[in-house]
Amino acid sequence: MSDNFERFKNCAVDVLSVDADQVVMEATFESLDADSLDLVELVMALEEEFDVNVEEEELDGITTIQGAYDLIVSKI
Amino acid sequence: MLITGGNRGIGLATAERFQATGYRVAVTARAPQDKPPKDICVVQCDVTDSVSVDNAVSEVEATLGAVEVLVSNAGITRDGLVLRMRDADFTEVLDTNLTGGFRVAKRVVKNMMRKRWGRIVFVSSVVGLGGQAGQANYAASKAGLTGLARSLAKEFAARNVTVNLVAPGPIETDMLAALSDAQRAAMTDAVPLARLGKPAEVAAAIAYLASEEAGFVTGTVLAVDGGLAMG
Repeated sequence: MSDNFERFKNCAVDVLSVDADQVVMEATFESLDADSLDLVELVMALEEEFDVNVEEEELDGITTIQGAYDLIVSKI
Repeated sequence: MLITGGNRGIGLATAERFQATGYRVAVTARAPQDKPPKDICVVQCDVTDSVSVDNAVSEVEATLGAVEVLVSNAGITRDGLVLRMRDADFTEVLDTNLTGGFRVAKRVVKNMMRKRWGRIVFVSSVVGLGGQAGQANYAASKAGLTGLARSLAKEFAARNVTVNLVAPGPIETDMLAALSDAQRAAMTDAVPLARLGKPAEVAAAIAYLASEEAGFVTGTVLAVDGGLAMG
């Protein structure tokens, strides 16, 4: 697994209080018990970690780890 | 805990009350020379400037730890009848009293949500409920705080952060000392309890809303006004 995904995973584990092995590409935020506030908090943590900027509307339709990861990686 | 505008008046009375009951208290003041009279930790903060807010809160976090209770109290008046009120008189009061509250709450709430516990109390005013001739700007800002607080209350309810307001009536502070004797007498006459309130009486209401016991109270406006706003 790439270094970027490790960094992403660390953020998710920290913010969402989940186990590292739960943070897999196909996991949905719903399955991780993450609500909209969690998602916002995760994005803020990722923005800091990867030094990127995510606009509010870009989060529309993002429901999975894969979706969020792809969005962040596309900005690096 | 953090109190904005805590170097005098209601803010200072609140700081003294919380300090006396064992809280680690920090207050903000606009100018460094605005020190509270007692031994209370003071940080310089201009609530109209996000960078200043960030620096002030960071300083408090470094000294006392994360802010678990916020009393958003910093406020100014720029009174005048609407026809004589400059746009800047309006927008500057909004920027301090309303947007300032937003800036500080936004800065501290992140840690509260992570801790799954937090208390935010905004100091509004009876004029935010009933309006006041000569205070369109101030009344608008204080009414605006109700919408802000209730939205925050809903956004962060799932994180066990409660957000409430107190709405003081006429209280014996510097803000009121600026009025004429006739104006103060008229205010007192309008109050069913027929006197001015004391800053400590507002502090007591704030202390309740910030307490563990008030855990099921959120989005409420607690009037401390001698009955002025009833009806």
